[in-house]
Amino acid sequence: MNRLLVFVLLLIVLVSCKQKQEGDEVKTDTMESEQVPDNVMVAADVNFPIYDFDGLEPLLHREDDHTYIINFWATWCKPCLEELPYFEQVLEEQKNNKVKIILVSLDMPHMWKSNLEPYVAKKGIKSEVVILDDPKQNDWIPKVSEEWGGAIPATLIYNKDKREFYEKGFTYEELNAELNKFIN
Amino acid sequence: MRKLKILGAVVLVFLLGAAFSMGTHARNTHIVAKGYAVGDVVVDFTLKNIDGSMVSLADFATAKGFLVIFTCNTCPYAQAYEDRIIALDAKYKSKGVPVIAINPNNPDAKPGDSFAKMQERAKSKGFTFPYLLDEGQKVYPQFGATRTPHVFLLQKTDGGNVVRYIGAIDDNYQDASQVEEKFVENAIDAMLAGKEIEVTTTKAIGCGIK
Repeated sequence: MNRLLVFVLLLIVLVSCKQKQEGDEVKTDTMESEQVPDNVMVAADVNFPIYDFDGLEPLLHREDDHTYIINFWATWCKPCLEELPYFEQVLEEQKNNKVKIILVSLDMPHMWKSNLEPYVAKKGIKSEVVILDDPKQNDWIPKVSEEWGGAIPATLIYNKDKREFYEKGFTYEELNAELNKFIN
Repeated sequence: MRKLKILGAVVLVFLLGAAFSMGTHARNTHIVAKGYAVGDVVVDFTLKNIDGSMVSLADFATAKGFLVIFTCNTCPYAQAYEDRIIALDAKYKSKGVPVIAINPNNPDAKPGDSFAKMQERAKSKGFTFPYLLDEGQKVYPQFGATRTPHVFLLQKTDGGNVVRYIGAIDDNYQDASQVEEKFVENAIDAMLAGKEIEVTTTKAIGCGIK
């Protein structure tokens, strides 16, 4: 069944590449860029990896046996901060269920040192924190989810079989209910 | 040969079916807030402006359209666009498309977006346009605004005010000088010239409305 899925996926990719191509040499480019995870910008003294969307994208499409919770947030977003403890709690509780959490900060560059670092340190956040710094939002938002208008908090939950996108904040109960659809 | 053809057809149908079900499966099944789509006619509203007056779209007899912008005092993205919103009003009010700014946040949930704070902000920034409070939060759900800033370009027609563009002001919130596509300006220019608007919806990060 998996092989069939892979085959069908390949077929779709090939067809869509072909459509895009239209006599242009786009195909090889897109094929390559999908495999390159390491264009991480290293800002001298910020504690977190800083990605543009091309750098972040592979983290949204891993095909291992983990379930990933990708939360888009910022220190200036109050409802984002309200739900952060639930992600932390779930990370602790689901240790044995192969759940990984990545908190993608959309803080603006001038906030990285002044707000983001102190906040993460003060709260002792254990989830992985990365920074997405890519102003071309109209290009990358639909690549996270076609359903996403751009409001945060927003969360993507996925594993190799399934993905769901939520343009909303979670309660602890809601987060668990959604996560249970992936790990059970 | 004929058998092969049938087999081929069966495989094709199966693959199409599989592709289709995958496509729908990968899609999100949650219903995202409804609201106006491009082409819809907007229901007029009456909201309180920072000067105490009540403002409706019908008050603007000579307008050719409106740039309705849901924005607020407190969101860093809204703040990043304040000067550009003022510039849009300066450029297009005289051409018949004034900015109408609406704060959709509930001041009880966001004290920084209270009516008094709106008055302060408008004064300190020198707003040249109405800055309305969506008291009771009835108007933003009608539009389907989900964040600040969120722009709706309307064109006045005999049939009412029609939505022509929904989305972001431009493609770079961080740096006005690095903007490559001025979505809103392009849309207004095309609308006023009677041309088709090329990009009618765009997406941008913004603060969820509270």
